[in-house]
Amino acid sequence: MARKLMKGNHASIYGALLAGCEAYYGYPITPASEIAEAASTYFPKLGRTFLQAESEVAAMNMVYGAAGCGLRVMTASSGPGISLKQEAISYAAGAELPCVIVDIVRGGPGLGNIGPEQSDYNQVVKGGGHGNYRCLVLAPASCQEMCDLTMLAFELSDRYRLPAYVLSDGVIGQMMEAVELPEPVMEFPDKSDWAVKGTSDSKNLINSIYLDHDELEEWNRHLQDKYREIARNEVRVEEYMLEDAEYVAIGYGCASRVIRSVVDLARAKGIKLGMLRPITLFPFPTKVIASLPDRGVKGILTVEMSNGQLVDDVNLALCGKMKSDFYGRMGGNVPSEMEILEKISQLYGV
Amino acid sequence: MISMARKTVLREPDGFLKVYKHKPGAEKNRTHYCPGCGHGILHKLIAEALEDLDIVDDTIMMSPVGCSVFVYYYFDTGHFQVAHGRAPAVATAVSRANPDSVVISYQGDGDLAAIGGNNILQAANRGENIVVFFVNNAIYGMTGGQMAPTTLPGQKTTTTPYGRDPKTDGYPIKVSELISQLTAPVYVTRTSLHDAANTRKTRAAVRKALQNTRDKKGFSFVEVLCMCPTQWKTKPIDGPQWIIDNMLDVFPLGVYKDITEDAPLTVRPTPVHDSDSVKKALDYKESKAELTRLDVPELFRKTSLRVSGFGGQGIMSTGIALAHLGMEYGYNVSWLPSYGPEMRGGTANCSVKIQDGSIGASEATEPNIIIAMNQPSLEKFEKIMQTGGALLYNSTLIDIEPSRDDVKVYPVPITGMADELGDTRVQSMVSVGAFAAITGLFDPAEINRLMPGLFAGKPEKVIKMNEKAIMAGYNYVKEHFSS
Repeated sequence: MARKLMKGNHASIYGALLAGCEAYYGYPITPASEIAEAASTYFPKLGRTFLQAESEVAAMNMVYGAAGCGLRVMTASSGPGISLKQEAISYAAGAELPCVIVDIVRGGPGLGNIGPEQSDYNQVVKGGGHGNYRCLVLAPASCQEMCDLTMLAFELSDRYRLPAYVLSDGVIGQMMEAVELPEPVMEFPDKSDWAVKGTSDSKNLINSIYLDHDELEEWNRHLQDKYREIARNEVRVEEYMLEDAEYVAIGYGCASRVIRSVVDLARAKGIKLGMLRPITLFPFPTKVIASLPDRGVKGILTVEMSNGQLVDDVNLALCGKMKSDFYGRMGGNVPSEMEILEKISQLYGV
Repeated sequence: MISMARKTVLREPDGFLKVYKHKPGAEKNRTHYCPGCGHGILHKLIAEALEDLDIVDDTIMMSPVGCSVFVYYYFDTGHFQVAHGRAPAVATAVSRANPDSVVISYQGDGDLAAIGGNNILQAANRGENIVVFFVNNAIYGMTGGQMAPTTLPGQKTTTTPYGRDPKTDGYPIKVSELISQLTAPVYVTRTSLHDAANTRKTRAAVRKALQNTRDKKGFSFVEVLCMCPTQWKTKPIDGPQWIIDNMLDVFPLGVYKDITEDAPLTVRPTPVHDSDSVKKALDYKESKAELTRLDVPELFRKTSLRVSGFGGQGIMSTGIALAHLGMEYGYNVSWLPSYGPEMRGGTANCSVKIQDGSIGASEATEPNIIIAMNQPSLEKFEKIMQTGGALLYNSTLIDIEPSRDDVKVYPVPITGMADELGDTRVQSMVSVGAFAAITGLFDPAEINRLMPGLFAGKPEKVIKMNEKAIMAGYNYVKEHFSS
């Protein structure tokens, strides 16, 4: 097994190349720029395309073009850049084009700052652009997962023909950890029935326009069926000390790393705290969250580096069965173990 | 023989679909264009050229937003329907993905010159191997007659009801003139469809441009002045006269640039997928057996470190080296920099964690050891240290005493020792050596064995000096402080 100490941002490019990604179209933005830099270093070595586009808008439209040709293709950015990409992401969703978008979230709104936040949750998990669509969203919590989940994003994106996000943040993107490098993927799905290759047998149409109202409604129903199928098949979570937990902290990505430490601290004090970490944000782990009240859980605390975006989905999953709580930091601040532990003590009297 | 067939047979060229299968409704053999519209003429010129150049099967067309949004109804080619103005961006990627294909970006004036203004300039500037057909009819057709970037001064549209006033609405954009100023484009021309002679010139321009793309000569751009009687509020038959009366002065016809003869051919790489090549490119190296762990004091079995100092003091590389060593000893490690503007001067700091078991937060919010390379770092980070932790500071540059009396203090003249060794830059490795001595995590001999890996590509001399620096830092701590 080959192992390397590397940044999360670099690990996502390793994952992309190992998954057979053939083209990278991007635009620099802190704290995601190392992804474009790594792509510019490694893609040409393997005859693959790297292009620094004129804008985020153009970059994502280029992704749309390459995806329509059947290539595994990606882009990466951070909040303000993701906002700009939303146009073409909607088109890709409407035309059922597989592609991977890495979002290394920074502080917002507006120019905000370059510190880590999780405030792109709504614009990434809920569709973001115009129209009735969803994207698959994977949320890595380590550099290893930046590699592994980028690979998985390509696989699932192809399987279901939709854009897939790797939703991360400034901490996971910038930090270094040891990454064990998997074997390169050597088998790729056949896209010949829909991809456009400039040959007599690939005169296909990549399209999201349906003038007839009934036709467009039917197309939308098809998309919704697909999203339901994804929700049935692809939910992924990590549970930590959840089996006997009386209190559960829910969080993803960077926040979940802190929660894990908090669980250890709480257990040392005799507090039965457990962690539930969604690895997929769409599909959302609705069932397991809905089951928590029936498992004797007395308190649920959602921890985010945002203003309460994930907690909305937690409460939808709980469906009023029990009240849940929220603790969030913003502006580039990562919640500390002690402040979360204090919040738990204060909320639940433990 | 072929030319005879062309003369005698009136038929749809093979570039068109025989049945417009993508067109909804019952009428599968009529276009959606208005009477007197120029799109149909230009479509036919393109379709004929595709057949005559034998590139129908190789062609991929962009259907933009505008009246030509339904280009894909008509042509027997591959198709992309694209977002407003983005055709050149999409065409870029399609051409890169299929370098042997002929990629056509067919765009109107609002699409190309307004919302997609940057996309067309940048694709032209990159010299993408695509052909752009730019339909200039001085108005928005599909959306119902609003002002276009090419709308003429004084021209009434639904959004310039009093006529376009250049003082508030600007002047018509002359796109061919703009594109022709760029270095990369190969062929830039403006033609018109207002009479037979000019339509023949357009026909020749269409062919030349498509030939260029087929032959991989790069970026070709054909602007075509085109009738839109519906939105000009004229009779279909009066469309050509409208062009003569209103457009020819503002948009002079002619070839603006032609370097076809000297154009270098576009060459694109072929993706490599075999496993060995991928691993080689990514520098796969099988991991060595983990080093034998030392007997580490309880405190540092869960090391939480902050390294801090001026930019340029090797703060980040000290942290990375320590994380790397931790990894080689089989620990879980993390390294987190202060990133962004701080990296580009001023103070820099990073967090390193070295421990068994999973690492939660990667930021060392309560470090049990700090390495302070300058005074602001000492002042900032001693405050957040754990009681009983180790405070290693650079006594060459720091002449104050730490205020904490509940931590163990290690003043080490790090910069001075590096200077004595002959290069200030090795101060980073002096602190690595001192760290190893304080924490007991690493054997300096093993660190030296790993040096070639840490300093891959560096000359032997540099490696040797860094080895000395590590030993110097290590020995200084061993000699001056009790364990």
